[in-house]
Amino acid sequence: MSTDISKSHRLKRTVLSLGGFIIVTLLTFIGLMAITFFIGRVIPIDPVLSIVGDRATQEQYDTVRLALGLDRPLIIQFISYIGDVFQGELGHSISTNRPVASDLLKVFPATLEMATLGIVIGVGVGVPLGVWAAAYHGTWIDQIIRVFALLGYSVPAFWLGLVGLVVFYANLGWVSGPGRVDIFYEGLVEPRTGLLLIDSALAGDWDVFWNALDHLILPASILAFFSVAYIARMTRSFMLDQLGQEYITTARAKGVAEWRVIWTHGFRPIRVPLITVIGLSYAALLEGSVMIETVFSWPGIGNYLTVALLNADMNAVLGATLVIGAVFILINRISDVLYRVLDPRSR
Amino acid sequence: MSTAKEWLLDQSPSSKLQASMGSSYRMMRQLVRNPLAVIGILILLILVLAAIFAPIIAPHSPMGQNLGARLLPPSTEYWMGTDELGRDIFSRIIYGARITLVIVTLVAVISAPLGLLIGAISGYFGGWTDKVLMGITDVFLSMPKLILALAFVAALGPGIENAIIAIAITSWPAYARISRAETLTFRNSEFISAMRLLGASHARIITRHILPLCTSSVIVRVTLDMAGIILTAAGLGFLGLGAQPPLPEWGAMISRGRTFILDQWWVATMPGFAIILVSLGFCFLGDGLRDVLDPKQRGS
Repeated sequence: MSTDISKSHRLKRTVLSLGGFIIVTLLTFIGLMAITFFIGRVIPIDPVLSIVGDRATQEQYDTVRLALGLDRPLIIQFISYIGDVFQGELGHSISTNRPVASDLLKVFPATLEMATLGIVIGVGVGVPLGVWAAAYHGTWIDQIIRVFALLGYSVPAFWLGLVGLVVFYANLGWVSGPGRVDIFYEGLVEPRTGLLLIDSALAGDWDVFWNALDHLILPASILAFFSVAYIARMTRSFMLDQLGQEYITTARAKGVAEWRVIWTHGFRPIRVPLITVIGLSYAALLEGSVMIETVFSWPGIGNYLTVALLNADMNAVLGATLVIGAVFILINRISDVLYRVLDPRSR
Repeated sequence: MSTAKEWLLDQSPSSKLQASMGSSYRMMRQLVRNPLAVIGILILLILVLAAIFAPIIAPHSPMGQNLGARLLPPSTEYWMGTDELGRDIFSRIIYGARITLVIVTLVAVISAPLGLLIGAISGYFGGWTDKVLMGITDVFLSMPKLILALAFVAALGPGIENAIIAIAITSWPAYARISRAETLTFRNSEFISAMRLLGASHARIITRHILPLCTSSVIVRVTLDMAGIILTAAGLGFLGLGAQPPLPEWGAMISRGRTFILDQWWVATMPGFAIILVSLGFCFLGDGLRDVLDPKQRGS
């Protein structure tokens, strides 16, 4: 009987917290849209003038103004803007002459592919580095890893990209240069997921696969550098907290092997907080890809955004901002929820 | 000398001045014990000196073109080589220190007080004021900073002033969060109630009694954020949205050098070293300051 009650209670709590999650996420999305709406409709002194140009007649001006719905009150405009966004209507891009939404759908996989490989490298290198630094706390190994991690906060991504291109592409010739694949491999594989590595592997076209990987590895590694820095720093600090606990001393006193103390006793408890860190880092990579993509002519959302910026293509700029912002918020929220689900203490 | 030290370290200071000088002296002593913090201070000192004495330090004019000396590699005459218009890169980097300094100072001066005030008001009044203000803050916090700054610059138009405004708009929310959290810890303390009983207005309590107590944690955070602010400003310059040519802004210089990166590597790489050095300086100092001013968060 009592288990029944606690079960229904737990269910109720899960539903409630899920509802809370959805409401908070939705509110944040609406806040995000309020910002892009503000940037697009309120800051420009006259959005009509930027479309028709200053030599338009009064009639032309009025038609465009009506077509944009600018004669309505601001709040009505905002509500219809939210409606448009939820229907995937982000306006027309003046630089590609296509709907912004379909443009974004086309470029997003390229960014996702790079950021995903980036986070894989970031976790694979950053976590062991952080654990290593904590295990050798206070020695020169720790110091080197600490300074390396601080470099991650101080090196401009675009500069590191340029240096990487010069060293690994131009001088050493280890990797391929800018772009996603060599020009004669372009369009060979039918885009199913948009992720070139997966598409080419599915099609069994290994030439394209290796060529794409060759192009991807350098920008992804440079992007990964920034998450390595962040993840290593956080892992180190979590590990130091754990290794200072009394049960670790007990384990050591018992004569447990040092690697077991570190990986089993020390590392296991920090896996849950690390998930949040990795989530934050993944979201930050999507942001960092803007600069890297520009340097590597990578046809992703970052490149799309910067091209739009230089052409003052506001619909495309705001559309890309919305999508990056939405993904950023979503990843953050999900890692937050994961943390709560996985860590019983936070319930 | 020893009397000055005694005066500073006096346990029962006789004036407000003596007390505040004494506590800053103690903080400085603690700070200089941290070697990385000292390196940070030295780097920032170099930055400030370079900015002030740029005309004396720089061997050449930052704008003067000399087409006979285009794209020369680093030499004793041109320490860091010359760019595509024959301008000395070292001199341009020295003058660029002024731009960097102006950007970080203005961003800090705009965003820190704004964040402090919003956070303090939010924490002090609580209720709906708190909910609305923190709702806005959270929306800004949940957005990627660089993207938001890019979008604001896109709307405002390229230029160094707009870049500063855009970066400031994206920086204040973190400070608002911090100062709200600090305010909450002492909004119900006795000294606040005492001030209220004495008839002090809300504005007076906030500006005279709450803000000063939030300042130190916000200063730590601002210093730690400086590296990010410099990188964002350089990124905007690199994309052509920040400082406009011929201003010797470091990010814009890297962008110009991109064209020649394969043959004349120094044009794009040299300004990058300046950015890294200054950002690292702020990181080191911020880490040291946190240990001194905010011991609670040490090690995180």
